[in-house]
Amino acid sequence: MKKTSLVVSILLILAITAAAQAGTILLNAAGATFPYPIYSKWFDVYHQKDPNIQINYQSIGSGGGIRQLLAGTVDFGASDGPMSDDQLKEAKIKILHFPTVLGAVIPIYNVSGVSGELNFTQKALAGIYLGTITKWNDPEIAGANSGVNLPATDIVVVHRADGSGTSYIWTDFLSKISDDWKNKVGKGTSVQWPVGLGGKGNEGVAGLVKQTPSSIGYVELIYAVQNNITFGKVQNASGKFLKADLAGVTAAAAAAKDMPDDFRVSITNEPGPTVYPISSFTWLLIPAQISDAAKRDAIKGFLKWMLTEGQGYNEGLAYARLPKPVIEKELKAISLIQ
Amino acid sequence: MTSTVTTIQHAAPPYSGPRAFVRRLRHGDEIAHLITLTFAAAILLITSMLVWELWVNSHLSRAKFGWNFFWTQTWDPIFDNFGAAPFIYGTLVTSIVALVIAVPLGLASAIFLSELAPRKISDAVSFLIDLLAAVPSVIYGLLGIFVVVPLMRSWLGPFLINTLGKVPVLGKLFAGPNYGVGFFTAGIVLAIMVVPFIISVSREVLLTVPREQREAALALGATRWESTSKVVVPWARTGIMGSIFLALARALGETMAVTMVIGNDPKISASLLHPGYTIAAVIANEFTEATGDLYLSALIELGLVLFLMTFILNGLARILIVATERGGGRPA
Repeated sequence: MKKTSLVVSILLILAITAAAQAGTILLNAAGATFPYPIYSKWFDVYHQKDPNIQINYQSIGSGGGIRQLLAGTVDFGASDGPMSDDQLKEAKIKILHFPTVLGAVIPIYNVSGVSGELNFTQKALAGIYLGTITKWNDPEIAGANSGVNLPATDIVVVHRADGSGTSYIWTDFLSKISDDWKNKVGKGTSVQWPVGLGGKGNEGVAGLVKQTPSSIGYVELIYAVQNNITFGKVQNASGKFLKADLAGVTAAAAAAKDMPDDFRVSITNEPGPTVYPISSFTWLLIPAQISDAAKRDAIKGFLKWMLTEGQGYNEGLAYARLPKPVIEKELKAISLIQ
Repeated sequence: MTSTVTTIQHAAPPYSGPRAFVRRLRHGDEIAHLITLTFAAAILLITSMLVWELWVNSHLSRAKFGWNFFWTQTWDPIFDNFGAAPFIYGTLVTSIVALVIAVPLGLASAIFLSELAPRKISDAVSFLIDLLAAVPSVIYGLLGIFVVVPLMRSWLGPFLINTLGKVPVLGKLFAGPNYGVGFFTAGIVLAIMVVPFIISVSREVLLTVPREQREAALALGATRWESTSKVVVPWARTGIMGSIFLALARALGETMAVTMVIGNDPKISASLLHPGYTIAAVIANEFTEATGDLYLSALIELGLVLFLMTFILNGLARILIVATERGGGRPA
């Protein structure tokens, strides 16, 4: 009896997997962790819409995603930073970038006696992270926060210890507003930080800032929203102090007038009074030539859906929508996949 | 490693020829020999493949930085300049702090449990200690963040600065500023993690010391403590050393708990209260997002360096054991 039931159940499992495999197109993808919540939502919803297409996404990090794509072990990749010219040159295959959603990074702090939102000038943020502004009552900070009683304590700087897209956006912004930063430190997922402590992940940075008196750090907007963390306003290119929100991030993307044809563009510190200055696209990396016709059609179909219906899921998960002109341009670019 | 093979000795076969072989086969000797030999060889193979992979994949970094990799203090992924010095320093310092705290604590507990405590209590406590050894490291990391770090920042750190920090020379080890995270905090968390290993293994070893040894010492008029410290512990010395090096190995390679409390700042500073970084932590933190080829290669070379450090420390441990054995105690 036991044996027969075992045999039956094995046969049943085999039958189910066989049925599932017949006609199913399985796509493997890997890469960035930042957009993972929205990607898994999209892939799940899309699978329900079209049960024949199943997308497996491993959030192993942007670097891993790029490597796996170049090695041909995944069908497409995902990255928080665009691939560099060198990387594209080294690649044996042509790779297309498709922006999917937008994210923003915001400054958080823990200053005794300050409970409200602080204003940060661009010079103040660059100075603090370069280690040239060391006290909370420095005129560069105090000047933008009249009426707030800032203490004379040393600033404890906190940054991400793990390589991350969040650091990429933050350092990209600092590189644009400060030549010192650009020449001494540069932009990247990990950099040589002039000062400060490293926390692992958004939660590590937020935890260190929460615990350490007179500290400052930076986290993703989504993380701060979901955890009700008070964060500062940042001065944008027009001189206005702006609190990050999804509309301001979309405005930043829309302000990028000269969107290049390959979509590899940085949108930090774009001009415009409503533009939040520290934000970025995150990209899917798709090979331009896909020999398997079924896979090619599946990827193209998904991209089309993601750019139209899929964008409706963004706000629910605190990601900013792509602006209309970018969507239109991307829809045209889908035809480049052959 | 070769000893695994050479210590297998065959009893002289009573019969020779194919019949004897079949008989031995039936009794399992040949099969057991083959199976154990294969598994022993597999371990050698895995280790050498590991070294080979690390060696080959760190080629770019080794070619560019050469021996300078060991003493360069920069770690700059943007301008592609890499050095292992701050990470080697951090790994060694945190492990030493951990052992300085954990060895007296662990050894004293083990002696109490094996020599002085009633057997029932000893067994119950040992069971709990074995449980501690099985707790995942991320849990110890959380304990570090929520308990040790605040304690360090508001109480232990200021206390150390105001007492030991005032002593000349030694004071350099306890200079501010004190953020709560740093070498010392990581050392404390590591000590908590490795103490169960020291207690558990040392207790087992102490329990294997023959009863006659203790009785002989007592018969000669030794007190309980004299018999423990002069006879039992020296007899078990090799095993106790083994437990300490097991603890050291875990401390050197610990990743998660350390990265949560060390501050992750690749700098060499004399003060134990300052933030630092370890090899295992930087590999775990930066590997996933390392896009450049040289960057990745440098991270892999760090892995090779960690392997080398473990190798050298284990070698030193062997030498130490051999050297102390000559000094007396249990006749070899």
